[in-house]
Amino acid sequence: MLEEAKRAIPLSTNHAIAYAVKDLDVDVISAYPITPQTTVVEKISEFIAKGELDAEYIHVESEHSALSAAISASLTGARAFTATASQGFALMHEMLHIASGLRAPLVMSVAMRSLSAPISIWNDQSDLFNARDAGWIIIFAHTAQEAYDTIIQSYKIAEDHNVLLPVMVGYDGYVMSHTIEPVIIEDKEKVMKFAPKVQYPFKLDPDKPVSIGSITPPEYYYEFKYQQVQAINGSLPTIEKVDEDFGKTFGRNYGLMECYMCEDADSLIMANASYASTLKAFLPEIRKQGLNVGLLRLRVYRPFPLQKFVEYTSDKKNLLVIDRAISYGAPYQGPLANEISGAMVKEGLKLNLISVVAGIGQRTVEFEDFLALARLAHEGRRHEETIFYGVRE
Amino acid sequence: MSQNKVLRIKSLYDIPREELFISGHGLCPGCTAGTIMRMLTKVTGKDTIIVNATGCVEVSTTRYPYSNWLVPWLHSAFENSGASASGIAAAIKAMKRKGLMDKNKDVKVVVVAGDGGTVDIGLQSLSGMLERRDPVMYVLYDNEAYMNTGIQRSGSTPHGAWTTTTPAGKVWRGEWRDKKDIAGIAAAHHIPYVATANPAYPMDMINKFARGLEVLNEGPSFIQVLMACTTGWRFDPALGITISRLATETGIFPIYEIDHGNFRVTFPVMKRKPVKEYLKLQGRFAHLTDEEINEIQKLVDQKVEMINKMAGKTVIGPVA
Repeated sequence: MLEEAKRAIPLSTNHAIAYAVKDLDVDVISAYPITPQTTVVEKISEFIAKGELDAEYIHVESEHSALSAAISASLTGARAFTATASQGFALMHEMLHIASGLRAPLVMSVAMRSLSAPISIWNDQSDLFNARDAGWIIIFAHTAQEAYDTIIQSYKIAEDHNVLLPVMVGYDGYVMSHTIEPVIIEDKEKVMKFAPKVQYPFKLDPDKPVSIGSITPPEYYYEFKYQQVQAINGSLPTIEKVDEDFGKTFGRNYGLMECYMCEDADSLIMANASYASTLKAFLPEIRKQGLNVGLLRLRVYRPFPLQKFVEYTSDKKNLLVIDRAISYGAPYQGPLANEISGAMVKEGLKLNLISVVAGIGQRTVEFEDFLALARLAHEGRRHEETIFYGVRE
Repeated sequence: MSQNKVLRIKSLYDIPREELFISGHGLCPGCTAGTIMRMLTKVTGKDTIIVNATGCVEVSTTRYPYSNWLVPWLHSAFENSGASASGIAAAIKAMKRKGLMDKNKDVKVVVVAGDGGTVDIGLQSLSGMLERRDPVMYVLYDNEAYMNTGIQRSGSTPHGAWTTTTPAGKVWRGEWRDKKDIAGIAAAHHIPYVATANPAYPMDMINKFARGLEVLNEGPSFIQVLMACTTGWRFDPALGITISRLATETGIFPIYEIDHGNFRVTFPVMKRKPVKEYLKLQGRFAHLTDEEINEIQKLVDQKVEMINKMAGKTVIGPVA
C-alpha cells in the first residue's frame, strides 16, 4: 500500500483526465475552452506541444463543432476525445443524440457545472442531468484517481463492438476539477495493453464505402432507436467486466454502484461525485452521532444498474436522494429522485424516499449540512415534497 | 502531396465514365443538384469521403435502406459540415502518421451542403474549418432558399424573390435584402482556392472541382455552385440548364475563381443580357413590376461593376 502511495503524483481531476488521454494514445482531440473544463484541454495541448502525445488537436470554434468533429473522427476509425461543461455541454445537445445514434465510440469528460440564466460558473449538475436521455453511457467519478481510471475503462467499453456507444465521465466542476489529489498514473504500455485501439467496424473507408446517417423513414427509424435501447442495456455486463478486469490489472476497481458503510445501516444517502467522496470522509463522524446511515454512491448512471440498486436497498428503511439539478415542475423536483421512485415502483421496494435538492450553483454543503441530511434520513419521516436544502425563501 | 493525376477536362469526352453517384435518387424531376453531384463524384473519384449537410441532397439520396453514393458518405447534422469534415481530415492525418492507415492512400474529404447549411446555420463551422486550413473541399449547391423545408428564404435568397416566408403582397414584395456574398466571405479567409460555378458550363465546373482538390495539400477550397431549383424557383423542369446559363449571361451569377488570390472570371460575357430574361422564366419573380425589375437590373449592374474592378478590366460588358 505504501509502495502504491509512493507512485502517486499530485493532480487535479482535470489533469488526471488529460493524463489518461495521453496514456490511451488518443488520435484526435477536438475541444473548445469552457470553465471549469479548460485545464483538461490545456494539459492535453501541452502534452502534444512537448511531443508526449502524438495526436491531432482540432481548435474548433464551438462545442457544437467540438463534438461534431470528434464524432466524425471516431467514425473514420480514430480514437477521439472531447471535454466540456455547462453552456458548452448545452450547446452540444443536438450532437449528443447524434453521437449515440451514429454509435460513435468516443469519450467525453464533463466537469459538471450549473446552467445560465443567471450565469453561474460554479458547480452543480444541471448540465449533465439535462442530457440523461441522450443515449450515452454515463459514469460518475468521485476522485481524481477514479476519473483517470474511468477514462481508460470508457474507451474499452465504448469501442467494444457489442457496445459501440459514446461514454461520458462526469465529475464535479471546481470541487474536483481544480482540486489536487494523489493520483497513480499507470505505465502507458500497460494502459494500451488493457485498452488497445479497436476501430469502428463500419468506418468511412473508400475501400468499403458505407453511407452513415441516412434519412430513415417511419418503417425503419424505430428499429434503429430500439437497437440503441438494446445496446445500452446490453452494455451493463461489459461495463462490469471491464471494471473487474481493470481491478485485476491495476489493483483498483469501483463496481457499478458502491454501497459504503451500508451493510449495517438502516438508512442510505444516495450521492455521486464529490458529495460521495465528502460523505465517505464524514460518515464515521456521522455514525458517532448515533445516525445509522450509509452511502449509496451512484457511479454508473446509464445504463442504470437496477439489480445492484435493489440488492443494496431492499433491506433499508430510508433512502435520501441528493440531486444537484432541478427537474422543474416534475413530481419530485430532483431528477434522480424521480427515477428512483420509478425504480421503487418497478421493483416493489417499500423504501421511504426522501428527495433533497442541494448544492445548486455550488451553494456549499458542509459537514453540518451533511449531518443534517443524515439526520433527515435517519429520522425516516415521510416528506411528500422535494426538500430544497439550504435555500433562502 | 496528392498522388493522383489532376483531372483536366478539355471536352465532354474527357469526363470519366465511372459513376459514383448513381441513379434512383428522389430529387425532383428537373433538379440540377443530381447533375452537380454526378459530375462532382466523377472528379473526386472513389477515394473520397463525402460529408453531406442536412438538405435536399441528403434526404433525396440516402433514404434508408438505399443510397445513391458509391463513396463513403456521412450525414450528421445541418450546421456542422465544416467541423465534421475537419474531424475526418484530422483522423486521416493522425492515423496515417501513426501507421493506422495506409500512408500512400490519398483520401479526399469533400463537403456537399446547401445554402442554408452554408451561408446561414453552418457559417460558423465553415469559417472554423477554413480558418484552420483543414484539407477539405467544400461544395455549396446554392438553390437560394430552404428548399428542403418548403422554399423559405435564406441568406442566399436574391432580391425580389418570392419564398414562403417572403411572400409577395401589398406590403412585402418578395425578399427585400441582397444575397449574401458567401464566396467573398470564403475568400476573406485567404484559402488557396475559391470559385463560383454553374452546371450550364460543365467543363468549367468540373475543372474547378479538380482545382479545388488539387490545392488540398495547401489548405481548403470553397466552390459555390448555382443550383437552379424547379420546385422553389417555379419553372418548367425542362429549363434548369437554360435558366442556369441565363444567370451567367445576365451577370446575376458570374462564374469566377480566386486561385491563390488571383481573381479571374472564367466565362467573360461581353454582351450581357438584361436580367429580365432570367427573371421572367421563374415564377418566384412573377409578381415583380417593370419598376422592380429595373431595380434588380441596377443591383446586377453594380455587381458587374465590382467584378470588373476586381478583374482590373471589363470582363462582363454592359447590357446589349
